[in-house]
Amino acid sequence: MSTIAVPDVAVTVDVGFWTRNRKAGAVLLALGVLAAVLFGALATGQQARFTLSETEGGAALEITGTFGAILFGLVAAAAGGALLAGVPKRWFTLVLGVGLVAFVLSFLCWQVSAAPEGRNFMPLVNIVRGTFILALPLIFGALSGVLCERTGVVNVAIEGQLLMGAFSGALFGSIYQNVWVGLLAAAVGGALISLLLAVFAIRYLVDQVIMGTVLNLFAVGVTGFLYERLMQINAEKYNTAPRFGNWEIPLLKDIPLIGPALFRGNIFLYLGLLLVLVIHLALFRTRWGLRTRSVGEHPTAADTLGVRVLRLRYRNVIMAGLVAGVGGASYTLAFYSFTKNMIGGKGFIALAALIFGRWSPTGALLAALFFGFADQLATYLGAIGSSIPSQFLAMLPYLATILAVAGLVGRVRAPAADGKPYIKG
Amino acid sequence: MEPGEIHALLGENGAGKSTLMNVLYGLYQPDEGEILVDGKPLKLKGPSDAIAAGIGMVHQHFMLVPVFTVAENVMLGAEQVKGGIAGFLDRRRARREVAEVSERYNLRVDPDAVIEDLPVGIQQRVEIVKALTRDVDLLILDEPTAVLTPQETEELLTVMRSLKAGGKSIVFITHKLGEVKAIADRITVIRRGKTVGTASPTASRDELAALMVGRSVRLTVEKQPANPGRPILEVAGLVVDDDRQIRAVDGVDLTVHAGEVLGVAGVQGNGQTELIEAIMGLRPVLAGTVTLDGEAVHGWPTKKVLRAGVGYVPEDRSVDGLVKEFSVAENLVLDIYDRPPFGKGLSLKPDAIAKSAKERIEQFDVRTPSADAAVGTLSGGNQQKVIVARELSRPLKLFIAAQPTRGVDVGSIEFIHSRVIRERDIGTAVMVVSSELDEVIGLADRIAVMYRGRIIGIVGPDTPREEIGLLMAGITPETTDAAAAPAPEGPGNEDEA
Repeated sequence: MSTIAVPDVAVTVDVGFWTRNRKAGAVLLALGVLAAVLFGALATGQQARFTLSETEGGAALEITGTFGAILFGLVAAAAGGALLAGVPKRWFTLVLGVGLVAFVLSFLCWQVSAAPEGRNFMPLVNIVRGTFILALPLIFGALSGVLCERTGVVNVAIEGQLLMGAFSGALFGSIYQNVWVGLLAAAVGGALISLLLAVFAIRYLVDQVIMGTVLNLFAVGVTGFLYERLMQINAEKYNTAPRFGNWEIPLLKDIPLIGPALFRGNIFLYLGLLLVLVIHLALFRTRWGLRTRSVGEHPTAADTLGVRVLRLRYRNVIMAGLVAGVGGASYTLAFYSFTKNMIGGKGFIALAALIFGRWSPTGALLAALFFGFADQLATYLGAIGSSIPSQFLAMLPYLATILAVAGLVGRVRAPAADGKPYIKG
Repeated sequence: MEPGEIHALLGENGAGKSTLMNVLYGLYQPDEGEILVDGKPLKLKGPSDAIAAGIGMVHQHFMLVPVFTVAENVMLGAEQVKGGIAGFLDRRRARREVAEVSERYNLRVDPDAVIEDLPVGIQQRVEIVKALTRDVDLLILDEPTAVLTPQETEELLTVMRSLKAGGKSIVFITHKLGEVKAIADRITVIRRGKTVGTASPTASRDELAALMVGRSVRLTVEKQPANPGRPILEVAGLVVDDDRQIRAVDGVDLTVHAGEVLGVAGVQGNGQTELIEAIMGLRPVLAGTVTLDGEAVHGWPTKKVLRAGVGYVPEDRSVDGLVKEFSVAENLVLDIYDRPPFGKGLSLKPDAIAKSAKERIEQFDVRTPSADAAVGTLSGGNQQKVIVARELSRPLKLFIAAQPTRGVDVGSIEFIHSRVIRERDIGTAVMVVSSELDEVIGLADRIAVMYRGRIIGIVGPDTPREEIGLLMAGITPETTDAAAAPAPEGPGNEDEA
């Protein structure tokens, strides 16, 4: 058989000089130069110590503040310059990553070296651990989003699922004085919110974004009510859930830096990372994943091949609730007792991480860590008495999200049928 | 159905062909009656039952996930898995299956290609492969040629013959008479949900068409010689980009005179869409001029262009031509709802709208239960008549019709064509863009052939098809590029005009 003789039309691709990669390069170059000049000028001649422990002592990477700030600034600028000059596509992410990390290092050299004597060090173990802990609810939340949206249901209700999980974890954990009961209850709590989302979105075709928003408000209302009428009155009985301790993983815990930061953590940390791996494999390697993605992209096609679209959507949305519910428990069964509206918008940041991570589990993990790091950095800079207001730093990740969604990380494309109810026939 | 038979199901749009086949495929449930396979009644609860019974279907709108690879699409719903309960996909086996089937029936596809990167003809091939890997004995092809170029149509017919040789039965749904005659062993004609007759492929075209629409129809457009007047539309040096910022129209010069039909022929995707959208003010003009009756109109907003006396039938009626959820009456005044007598100040005048709708439904023979029915519930031909009625209800200087009869039944085609000619005869300049060469030849007084964003030639309507076909493939009489010799015209295109 001959190949089809369609004349290839419109082959002149006139993209011009300013490709997306070049624009990113130009921005990075400017940032690098700015870092070298500004951070270099502001940094002091003191040593900036990055210790591989939780304290000032022990092994450390050291660099003179001014030198480091200028050096890393120039590295960032060089990376930017390379992108501007044009690098092969597959190197783009790597070079961009190196540049951005260098920019952050330059900034840190300034900040650490300018800190008062006795505080001019950065304990990396704390920073890494803090990053992961702050990212945890985001990881669970974003995974919940992945499960929902890959199957075609928009999940704005992550906030509500986390909150419900945190609440029921605290309540049932307290009543039974058992962390495992608490964990189970948390998962069920998240799934209940999910079930409502599923029924209204799939069965009654309600607009999914509106439904999600309503569920968030509902979760705030119902947990707030029960908190004030139950937990506050008898905190002893209803808000003293036992907490998961830290589990040390043999061997792994002794790896320098990573060991103490990650492998002496609690169950939620391990569970979160494991879930990223499991969901990633399941989504892209298994029959369930193929069907889930097909239902999120083209449900009619899936239906004609015998995939039960609605049933799969119900199942995945409810699973998403289970995951987010466990994420909520990472507050109340590990660190804090329940307080009113304690999630405080993290669910929405998880939604941002989902989009920033392009609807993939690993992408969501990286995005969540990025947000977690920014959070942790703000705390750290506050502690060393930085001249930069911590609120300003806390704002930066969202600025980055806007840039990312605007196209810096490539075209962000949601599953095609995301948010569209499926009506047979 | 016999094994190894190609059975054509012929009928106008909205006659019930697709509905019947969707019942056969288990997508719809029959209200009464039964389906017999090998003499036994068959109860289909869903597509998986149909697949199990050996029935496969290639839908008119492809059922492929655009971001998946060919192999992923083929295995979806019938995945080969390993690893027990986890159900890991056996991609290697899926690839091999695709390769085997493509080998056996000569349907070449790359299992790892992503669907959205493939041309329509290859996507259709993937659909066929998908059905064949499920071991179907009966394959239903629903309007398979509607989206294909003549060359792709010819290849499809070849594939159908080789499937038939392999013992598969095929139900071939279409409203194109030429294709039916070329390939079918038996023909069943359906009209308004009923079988109205069977015919053999030796039946003449006119007989088949008469069976389809229930009365005899003219298959050629009857018209007097044109009487061209002054130039109305003048396009000079027009340059336009497509949505991807790729040059689509690259320096087009055109003139359309009052009282003539200029046909624009060309394989789809050679800039016709962008040319028209630029004239209508729907797409920025990067260079060049568009002049309407002596006035430069490029850069004007679309509303102003329409008000200047331009009628426009967009190529995709469901996206650009109609608001499907709106009623027929509302769609008929989309262009002039804000003008008397239909609107005054902030309010609409429902009585006036209803009255004019009633008149025009009559005039343009729109078959609708009522003027208040949502336009999306009408058949394709009737939807198109609503658009034509709307656009021809204003006094026009220029009438632009893009793919005016795509997916439209024979009866409606005849009606729309006669309206186009009538508009020409009252002195309107008419521009018809169509990928159906026969439609262009039938309607046009002059034919401009577009190729890669340029007008490659302007010829008379009595030019041989072959010569126009060569132009469509980019071969002008001057160039002797033997390497780009075009495939022969598909037989499926001969009956649309």
